[in-house]
Amino acid sequence: MDLLRFITAGSVDDGKSTLIGRLLYDSKSILIDQMEALEKQSRNKEDGGIDLALLTDGLRAEREQGITIDVAYKYFSTPNRKFIIADAPGHIQYTRNMVTGASNASLIIILVDARNGVVEQTRRHSIIASLLNIPHVVVAINKMDLVDYSQDVFNNIAIDYAKIAKTLELKDVTYLPISALKGDNIVDKSDHLSWFEGGTLLELLESVQVAKDINLTHARLPVQYVIRPQTEALHDYRGYAGKIISGVYKIGDAVTVLPAGLTSTIKAIETGGKEVEEAFAPQSVILHLQDDIDISRGDLIVRSGDHPRVEQELEVLLCWMDSRPLTSGNKYLLQIGSRRVRSVVKEIEYKLDVNTLEKNYSADQAGLNDIVKARIRTATPLPFDSYKELQVNGGAILIDETSNVTVGACMIQ
Amino acid sequence: MSNYQLDYLDQLESEAIHIMREVAGQFERPALLFSGGKDSITLVQLALKAFRPGKFPFPLVHIDTGHNFPEALAYRDELAEKLGERLIVRNVADTIKARNLTEPKGKFASRNALQTFTLLDTIEEFEFDALIGGARRDEEKARAKERIFSVRDEFGGWDPKRQRPELWNIYNGKIQKGENVRAFPISNWTELDVWNYIRRENIGLPSIYFAHEREVLEHEGQLVAISPFIRLDEGDKITKKQVRYRTVGDMTCTAAVESQAFSIEDIIREITATKTSERGETRIDDRISEAAMEDRKKNGYF
Repeated sequence: MDLLRFITAGSVDDGKSTLIGRLLYDSKSILIDQMEALEKQSRNKEDGGIDLALLTDGLRAEREQGITIDVAYKYFSTPNRKFIIADAPGHIQYTRNMVTGASNASLIIILVDARNGVVEQTRRHSIIASLLNIPHVVVAINKMDLVDYSQDVFNNIAIDYAKIAKTLELKDVTYLPISALKGDNIVDKSDHLSWFEGGTLLELLESVQVAKDINLTHARLPVQYVIRPQTEALHDYRGYAGKIISGVYKIGDAVTVLPAGLTSTIKAIETGGKEVEEAFAPQSVILHLQDDIDISRGDLIVRSGDHPRVEQELEVLLCWMDSRPLTSGNKYLLQIGSRRVRSVVKEIEYKLDVNTLEKNYSADQAGLNDIVKARIRTATPLPFDSYKELQVNGGAILIDETSNVTVGACMIQ
Repeated sequence: MSNYQLDYLDQLESEAIHIMREVAGQFERPALLFSGGKDSITLVQLALKAFRPGKFPFPLVHIDTGHNFPEALAYRDELAEKLGERLIVRNVADTIKARNLTEPKGKFASRNALQTFTLLDTIEEFEFDALIGGARRDEEKARAKERIFSVRDEFGGWDPKRQRPELWNIYNGKIQKGENVRAFPISNWTELDVWNYIRRENIGLPSIYFAHEREVLEHEGQLVAISPFIRLDEGDKITKKQVRYRTVGDMTCTAAVESQAFSIEDIIREITATKTSERGETRIDDRISEAAMEDRKKNGYF
């Protein structure tokens, strides 16, 4: 059994929460007491029927306003796969929350209202999917019941969206006609959509290949913690603990520790208390090296000869997440994996209009939810890969040293 | 290359170990909240994998309400002894006395809310800056919204509207003095995942998780253990039933379920077939209102 993390993007009224409710309901992941609570709440509403959206809106403010503000995580499984859903808000004022939810997703479901077709919001969600490099995109054309399950409507929207997908270089795009409210083509096939030859949404979620999304070529291990028992029996024990974010490590591999550039060979690998010959992403391990060299938290152990860039100047696409604006010259802590360095945002090159993809080169500030291209200089050399090529070593956050808050997400170019 | 694939439990395990090591790497005085329940027992197993052969970089801390199941307390003490790890126990009864708190009244008077006072005092006493807890997002819908690193103010309060963005596997544990972080390594596990893991790792559990005979009171469809901590009224029907516990909290606020499950295998079979959620079936305290958990978290609860 494997694991798929996906995100659903949608806004007020487009049926996102209903879709998740439907997936949970039809896959029998909702239990009696949750159903009872749901019925009780739905009765407070005027229209009578059960409101599946109430399953996901977990905060009082969300239930009161009938919108999703923050990401909620939901879980269900089928015999072959466990699913983690990040149920993210789609409204522009919560872009940062959507980015949070999207950062760990292997697949995104973009909801399109069949009556409205591709709208501004569809474009924005697709741009975020592209920025964060989500490998699989499902365009779920919802509310098909309200357009008489028309094949033409579906086809036209798909043709329309294909242009966006092309511009944004989205790779694996699938189109599905559905009705979340009526349950058409979510878990069960629908007679109303007999013209549709593809599978249901659940079939797609169960079959999409995610194992190949993990990079097994470039070996990267950020050291989180050094284990030194310092007991009599284990006097010389010195293990570097961390999670392999990509690649494979074998006993005997020549490795380099960055940014210092020290080299050694792997003497032993432990995982789960057992010694192994090799280990691979995303396993958490303890590495032992032949030589006694200075390694501490924040260092990156890579296989010699396959190095990331080690530089102090970074070009980044940056999603600004703080209510106080970003101005060139501001200083922040930059964290990538377990490494934190001081940094300064040298220059904002342009601001990206997330609805139209237009670049505004005269912007000198970034406000909450803005996405900008910026140049950052770090106080010490930083080992990193480009986000597009090796996502796990190309994403970083900015932390305001005075408030300690995470204020920005960087996709290093 | 195709055998470089991790099973979902291995992926969840690796994620949890990574989170624990981040806590160890980022904080000066972390602690692991240990109750003797299956989720915190799972945390201990993960800590063993994260830090052995070294010692845990944190003590185990138990906030004892005085209403715990004796079986869970015995398990707690034995485990700490066996592992050679430090166990800190602080009692709600002492806080009640020291701070002149009012004992809750009623049939199933629960000290659940008072726990928060003892917890905050304990955090202050030891200057803990991070507390590792076994909360899972599938338990309840306010929990479903909480970050893995959840920053709390000096009153332990959670502000759901001011949560830090949490991206990729990067955790920001920077805090001001007096604040603390609650870290939840098994956020993404479900009840069934925990049981499957316990089976796979062959982890021992307190006996109350398995079917046993017990005197219980039937109250509004829930089975409450007879103990000195609940009030018996005239007309209460006490019966002997074969039960087990799905969750282990206080004797006053955790209900038993009728069960034939004598092994982990049996339990997994029962859970797979069940039609009621973990909290719905066994937690008497969550039934109060739709936002019960959200409110308690805002007040410093886990």
